[in-house]
Amino acid sequence: MTALQDSLLELIRRTSVEIPEDVHQAILRSLEQEKKGTIAESAMKIIDQNIALAKNKSQPICQDTGSIIFYVDCPVGFDQLAFEDAAREAVKIATKKGFLRQNSVDSVSGKNDGTNVGPGSPTIHFHQHRSPELRVRLVLKGGGCENVGAQYSLPNEKLKADRDLDGCRKAILDAVLQAQGKGCGPGILGICIGGDRATGYEFSKQQLLRKLDDRNENADLNRLEEDVVETANKLGIGPMGFGGRTTLLGAKIGVLNRLPASYFVSVSYMCWAYRRQGVALGADGKIGNWLY
Amino acid sequence: MNRIAIATPVDESVIRSLKVGDEVAISGTLFTGRDAVHKYLYQGGKLPPGVSLNGGILYHCGPVVIKDEHGNWKCTAAGPTTSIREEPYQWQIIRDFGLRGVIGKGGMADKTLAACREHGCAYLHAIGGAAQVLAESIKRVPHVYLMDEFGAPEAIWEFEVAGFPAVVTMDANGNSLHKEVFAASQAELAKHL
Repeated sequence: MTALQDSLLELIRRTSVEIPEDVHQAILRSLEQEKKGTIAESAMKIIDQNIALAKNKSQPICQDTGSIIFYVDCPVGFDQLAFEDAAREAVKIATKKGFLRQNSVDSVSGKNDGTNVGPGSPTIHFHQHRSPELRVRLVLKGGGCENVGAQYSLPNEKLKADRDLDGCRKAILDAVLQAQGKGCGPGILGICIGGDRATGYEFSKQQLLRKLDDRNENADLNRLEEDVVETANKLGIGPMGFGGRTTLLGAKIGVLNRLPASYFVSVSYMCWAYRRQGVALGADGKIGNWLY
Repeated sequence: MNRIAIATPVDESVIRSLKVGDEVAISGTLFTGRDAVHKYLYQGGKLPPGVSLNGGILYHCGPVVIKDEHGNWKCTAAGPTTSIREEPYQWQIIRDFGLRGVIGKGGMADKTLAACREHGCAYLHAIGGAAQVLAESIKRVPHVYLMDEFGAPEAIWEFEVAGFPAVVTMDANGNSLHKEVFAASQAELAKHL
């Protein structure tokens, strides 16, 4: 195994078995806030136990180890093809070791070859930057939460949602209502306003790279992020949809330009088992530091 | 909160006595079955020899299972998958195979709720994502069925469990926590728009 493969394997392992610190803190706050003796509190206790157990046993937090999505910031002239080979190899080994479930299925034949490598798996997004540093971030996103993602085309008459931030708010809160507990709440929303149907969803997922405790640089969007979380937590959907005080742990909104004819609001729902990690790698391919 | 102990095979009277909000701890045998298994059984597929769902509990789960150094199956992660995808099929499987319980997450809808009431079955909600806590209660994995046909996550796994925790969210008397929470949250949202 090369040093790069080794580092990527460790990135996959850690992403699958450990929750990032910012998310863990939000989960602990939510456990505190739930009413004592309710099934919502009981659910949050099991979630808290599960986080500790997964880390101690170095086994997946959730059996659905999800879509494997790499985000790579690389220097100009970086060999992307070699990186793709290394990533595919690391995914195969991580699957054999049980850090990833055999999770990738041929959509026509229904066959699962057990490797997790095939068209679209893993997905790797490259982004060049003028720095010698190589940064690799990884999101493992389960199917249950992916299935409750939603895309709205505004105006939407049923929701009385116009082409403005209030219309966006209505669409986002409708997505929370429709999701109920099916996406394994308390959840985190990645949202994109604008873009096309493909870039909108893609950019909404990228918002999930942000830390829960950061602030949106745009004051209007920051207000909307806070408002969405506050309002969602008044709805009483609660952990797992059992009823309760925490429905969302966070909401992050990004914006892309749109065509005059289009106005999309794309919502990606992330479950409480928010598997996101990242590393900065040295020129030798070894792990320098962790990003979350 | 005290959990109500349930052992398989389960009597109808035990299931009929459960109410929405009850927390249970399940011991005995669970069989997993998810998307491929439901479609297969609904379309007339036969249960493999060795699998009996009569009085049994079906678990919507695609686990991570590896072979240990002795060649035995070992389950290393086993949380529930989203149940609503089985809504088109579940009612018939409850009716035809004598199921007393379905474990999953996210809840199911009216056809399943009606089948639970008619045939004496309950929907038991496990904590989604809690793959390690739930795997701890799986003591042994004696068999796997339909592995070649459906692949590991979609196969029928036989689990011996002790103290498997779940919450009754749809009971055999027509009550559904999911319906209640949806209606209440929808009404609340209307106040904030």
